[in-house]
Amino acid sequence: MTRADRTPAPATTAGSDIPRPPRQRRSAGGWLLIAIPYAWLVVFFLAPFFIVFKISLSEIAVAIPPYLPTIDLAEGWSNVVAAIRQFSLENYIWLTQDDLYWKSYLSSVQIAAISTLITLIVGYPIAYGMARAPKEWRATLLMLVILPFWTSFLIRVYAWIGILKNEGLLNQVLLWIGVIDDPLTILNTNIAVYIGIVYSYLPFLVLPLYANLEKLDVSLLEAASDLGCPPWRAFWTITVPLSMPGIIAGCFLVFIPAVGEFVIPDLLGGSDTLMIGKTLWTEFFTNRDWPVSSAVAVILLLILVVPIVLFQNQQQRVAEKSQ
Amino acid sequence: MAKKPIGPIRRDFAPWDDPQARPYIEFRNVTKKFGDFTAVDNLSLKIYEREFFALLGGSGCGKTTMMRMLAGFETPNAGEIFLDGQNLAGVPPHRRPVNMMFQSYALFPHMSVEANVAFGLKQEGMPKAEIAGRVEEMLSLVKLQDFAKRKPHQLSGGQRQRVALARSLAKKPKVLLLDEPLGALDRKLREETQFELTDLQQDLGMTFVIVTHDQEEAMTMADRIAVMDKGRIVQIATPSEIYEVPNSRFVADFIGDINLMECKVTARDGEMTKLHAPLFDCAIEVAQPVEAGIGDTVWFAIRPEKVRISFDEPEGPANRLSGEVWDIGYLGDVSIYHTHIAAEETVRATVANRSRTVERPMSWEDKVWLSWDRDAGVVLTQ
Ligand SMILES: Nc1ncnc2c1ncn2[C@@H]1O[C@H](COP(=O)(O)OP(=O)(O)OP(=O)(O)O)[C@@H](O)[C@H]1O
Ligand SMILES: [Mg+2]
Repeated sequence: MTRADRTPAPATTAGSDIPRPPRQRRSAGGWLLIAIPYAWLVVFFLAPFFIVFKISLSEIAVAIPPYLPTIDLAEGWSNVVAAIRQFSLENYIWLTQDDLYWKSYLSSVQIAAISTLITLIVGYPIAYGMARAPKEWRATLLMLVILPFWTSFLIRVYAWIGILKNEGLLNQVLLWIGVIDDPLTILNTNIAVYIGIVYSYLPFLVLPLYANLEKLDVSLLEAASDLGCPPWRAFWTITVPLSMPGIIAGCFLVFIPAVGEFVIPDLLGGSDTLMIGKTLWTEFFTNRDWPVSSAVAVILLLILVVPIVLFQNQQQRVAEKSQ
Repeated sequence: MAKKPIGPIRRDFAPWDDPQARPYIEFRNVTKKFGDFTAVDNLSLKIYEREFFALLGGSGCGKTTMMRMLAGFETPNAGEIFLDGQNLAGVPPHRRPVNMMFQSYALFPHMSVEANVAFGLKQEGMPKAEIAGRVEEMLSLVKLQDFAKRKPHQLSGGQRQRVALARSLAKKPKVLLLDEPLGALDRKLREETQFELTDLQQDLGMTFVIVTHDQEEAMTMADRIAVMDKGRIVQIATPSEIYEVPNSRFVADFIGDINLMECKVTARDGEMTKLHAPLFDCAIEVAQPVEAGIGDTVWFAIRPEKVRISFDEPEGPANRLSGEVWDIGYLGDVSIYHTHIAAEETVRATVANRSRTVERPMSWEDKVWLSWDRDAGVVLTQ
């Protein structure tokens, strides 16, 4: 009985007239507790973001650092104002003029979306199997899912080169079995990137999904079956809708880092694999154009934040409606 | 507190007495173990078509386990279960013409009340318009029409229980298993729902198996009652037989209130048995033949309402006790007199409160006589 212990709504009339609990006043300790994550956000997210944002409004220059204007607070307020006057949106306009950028964005989102979908298809059965496994096995299975983290991410991706290359492990095995006559070209294609992303991010999808599926009340499936619902249909009508929060959390945890991924497309992808992480790297290290690469980063952030915020709003509305 | 009679009294319905009658549900030597623990122990049972069958028994005696085996959620370790002549072994739950109302309700939390009730109907591919009609019928049966759009977590415990009941009834199955269907309802709603349930059962010719902790409910609704203890059935009989002729101390003690006295058989004389209860120093005569030898230990059981209490000394040498009123329990319609006999033994006698006067004719510490008729009690050998 996972749900029966919730406080029942007052049973007066139908409709949505359920009184909400009054907002409680917070103590000093309560405020402190809330202040810690906010302080964290300000120091490690907002401040760096504003620095990047400021650079994106600057102009490239042959200098150290390689942009202008620089703000030197020691020279007083007038210097700050003068610097702000020089800010321009030129770098953002530039992003719209060269189609490399929007193609990179689009291709990144596409690669991330496809990889997320594959990860979900691979990860759901794994999470489901773990959640249904005998209790005494679950801790071990959980360990096995986390085990790859014990090795460096970079080395693990590197190892895939050895597996996927033309004379690599995979091709050797396939040739030996006789499935293929000529080695497959997988390395340096988008397929290798998909394999790399699915492999690397699988645990991020499996863990939240497993946590969700483990809580699923088995008696619901029994009730469905009792009412004449075959198991496969019960899966789609009961298990999947109830595991939606786990699916969404897992997919976001894969999709968001995958969009900005650099290492995997760089090591496994080909020259025509276009991903924004690679574009950003080239802009920053090869062209040493800090302002443009900063603009690329800011737009990437917007691309990721906007759908998440919209999604959260919508979730909240759904939750409120069902209250 | 007069109780409305529930449903027509079915005097002529007794297929269990007919050796020709074919059982609809049959358990043959069914055993279910969880690890080392035996939840259901070599149980055999026949339930007939259209019967209203009640299961009574203490918590953890295996009632739910029995139902879950019939519904197909547990596989027996030994024995077979038949439904309408068909062996159910290997038939998955969704192919059994059996619906179960879960003790934990098991409502689908992401679906509205309406969708919960409609779930089973959708599975059998009933047309949409018909589903809507049936859902409305079921919700009005459990008086939840106004709550159709709510989600389960927005309902009270009793409301949730009624949704579970409506959902299990919606398909109008041949066999309905109800695991404590009315426990969370208030008395009035419970009685109304009992009435509706028996009505529906008789109209549609369904077979009901119900688990309840409310003896009165079992008594008024069921055709037969099975009393279970530790995974075994102790007695199966009609409500009046269970009450008046229990076959063991366990059943006598479990159903209703009863006085039990340990006795020795002193004489057997055809239809008459004479006993002596040493702790009460009482001679007892019972109009009942007993399968026990002279000197064997048996138990004499008598219900409190069959014990007379008076100031006057009763006639005859047997079936009488003298004692002192020790406590009086006032229950509204009746009062229970706890009477001390000898040093520590107590016998309870109930007396109907025929007038409204607050003062009872008998009071604490009064010396009284208790007596009963020869056919008022029963002798139990186990
Ligand atoms: N899945 C299980 N694993 C282990 N033991 C179980 C399991 N299910 C039931 N039992 C045990 O079997 C016994 C019978 O359980 P059951 O649920 O049938 O009792 P019940 O008669 O329905 O009791 P109640 O009146 O409290 O609902 C109990 O002792 C219970 O602990
Ligand atoms: Mg139970």
